[in-house]
Amino acid sequence: MPRIAAFVSQRLIKAVFVVLAIAVFNFFLVHAAPGDPAQVMAGEAGAADAQFVEQLRQQFGLDRPMIEQLGTYMGKVVQGDLGFSYRQQRPVFDLLMDRLPVTLSLTLTAFVLALIGGVALGTLAAMRAGTWSDTAITVVGLTAYATPIFWIGLMLILLFSVNLGWLPAFGTETIGAGYTGWEAFLDRVKHLVLPVTTLALFYMAVYTRLTRASILEVRDMDFVKTARAKGLPEWRIVSVHVLRNAILPVITVAGFQAGHLIGGSILIETVFALPGIGRLAFEAVLQRDYQVLLGIFLLTSVVVVIFNLLTDLIYSLVDPRIEVAP
Amino acid sequence: MTAAVITPSRKGSGFWAAFARNKGAVIGLVFLTLVILMAVFADLLFPTSPWDMTTIPFQPPLSEDALLGSDTLGRDIASGIAHGARVSLLIGLTSTAVAVLIGVLLGAVAGFYGGRVDDAVMRFTELFQTIPNFVLAVVLVAIFTPSLASIVLAIAIVSWPPLARLARGEFMSLRSREFVQAAVTTGQSNLTIIWRQILPNSLSPIIVSASLMVATAILLESSLSFLGLGDPNLMSWGYMVGAARTVIRQAWWMSFFPGIAILLTVLALNLVGEGLNDALNPKLARKGRA
Repeated sequence: MPRIAAFVSQRLIKAVFVVLAIAVFNFFLVHAAPGDPAQVMAGEAGAADAQFVEQLRQQFGLDRPMIEQLGTYMGKVVQGDLGFSYRQQRPVFDLLMDRLPVTLSLTLTAFVLALIGGVALGTLAAMRAGTWSDTAITVVGLTAYATPIFWIGLMLILLFSVNLGWLPAFGTETIGAGYTGWEAFLDRVKHLVLPVTTLALFYMAVYTRLTRASILEVRDMDFVKTARAKGLPEWRIVSVHVLRNAILPVITVAGFQAGHLIGGSILIETVFALPGIGRLAFEAVLQRDYQVLLGIFLLTSVVVVIFNLLTDLIYSLVDPRIEVAP
Repeated sequence: MTAAVITPSRKGSGFWAAFARNKGAVIGLVFLTLVILMAVFADLLFPTSPWDMTTIPFQPPLSEDALLGSDTLGRDIASGIAHGARVSLLIGLTSTAVAVLIGVLLGAVAGFYGGRVDDAVMRFTELFQTIPNFVLAVVLVAIFTPSLASIVLAIAIVSWPPLARLARGEFMSLRSREFVQAAVTTGQSNLTIIWRQILPNSLSPIIVSASLMVATAILLESSLSFLGLGDPNLMSWGYMVGAARTVIRQAWWMSFFPGIAILLTVLALNLVGEGLNDALNPKLARKGRA
């Protein structure tokens, strides 16, 4: 289909520009960091004598003009070189790749759960607008939307781990349990239940609200009345006619919020001691490890750009009316 | 959609009547007033610094000298909550003010001038909307070292894009209206038209958004200080929860009460925001209701 091909290639080009712009922004952030970068690096390495600082300055080309440094930096970024963490004595890129799987499994599961739950609850609330179930869903949603997620996480630990002892509170697996195969998998899933629920709750509230509003807008439109007049069963009217149209704004917002979800994982991974990107960010904050922080910033931005691209794709598949902007 | 034009006569009784019709908004406003009073009179309620040890560590709630319990260093949780209200409200309000300033300025310029200016501003806005906002806030505060100013700026920098889009939309639609055309014909300068003609007429949706943004800003601030990125000299709710994280098994109250304070304040702000929406944008508000 040429229409979709044109749409996708246009978005792809845009995405590349966005990533480049973010990389440039990142470069300036490195230089905005307080103090001389060489001094900072030397400090991170634990030795700040003048000779070492000078050596670093030459090694990283910090004595060169700014524009040349930017060029060098961009060249490195394109090759996946995001600098070196002296604190951890490892390249930043390797650190990130080690931690990425945990974060992706956390955020993607939470995202899918929040989206399904939110659309279902929002639909229920909208179709029963004005009844007690609508009120209940709205009140719970409003509360979840106002609650700091790190606090929800702590309260869930308090309830389900400390008091009831049902679920583990920390880490990704039971250390020293020696589980294999199915048991090991189940153990990992158990460890993910609380963090995923915590992260999903807030976004479920967002999507519930959105779906509800969107359906209320769609459900009185002429084509829905026609469907009802034709005598179609209610579930078919909702699932085929109403939801398909009402879900578009939800997809847009959900795609936009991919970045928020990753931000949330900093808090969740800190609370639940999960060894992901978020926990790495927290450690980097404590140690003022700017190289790692900026690497995380760049990587998460790229993940969001990819996510937005996927959203556009899904959007173009769901909504045949989509047009390629001139 | 036509923007509601606020005229003095409608602003009076009509505004309050519409606001009061939303029960949640009234409850929110009452609670918010209590939080503001608590923040203002924190020094009278709890004269000693919230950082000072006032009792034995690990006192449970309802103790003689600590209503909500004490923390690991014997500091009064209730005192921390009262003083923390100041930080939350202060940062919530100032960072929103800065975000509104940036957002409305950029949005106004984009919407008013259109064309290439609009393109450039909107690409810039989209870029900032793509960047994961909490990650950027963390990076900014960490790099510029945590202080009141750096936290306010970081929150403002990650919060302005939705306001820019909103202001742009308002300015675009109002630009072609007769009263603006009339102002152009009478030879008013662009600045005067933006400031005296369009801005007053696009205020209501901006006010509604801003009130909701204060809530988000408070959540952001609490998240930053939870991670240890708060101003080290100021007691804040997020810091209290963060400090209590490791002792949650022994002392639930240390993290429970500050969290409740955040929850109720943010909820109250959201409810007030909805009430403002009902009162200021009656046409819009009715659509979302059954």
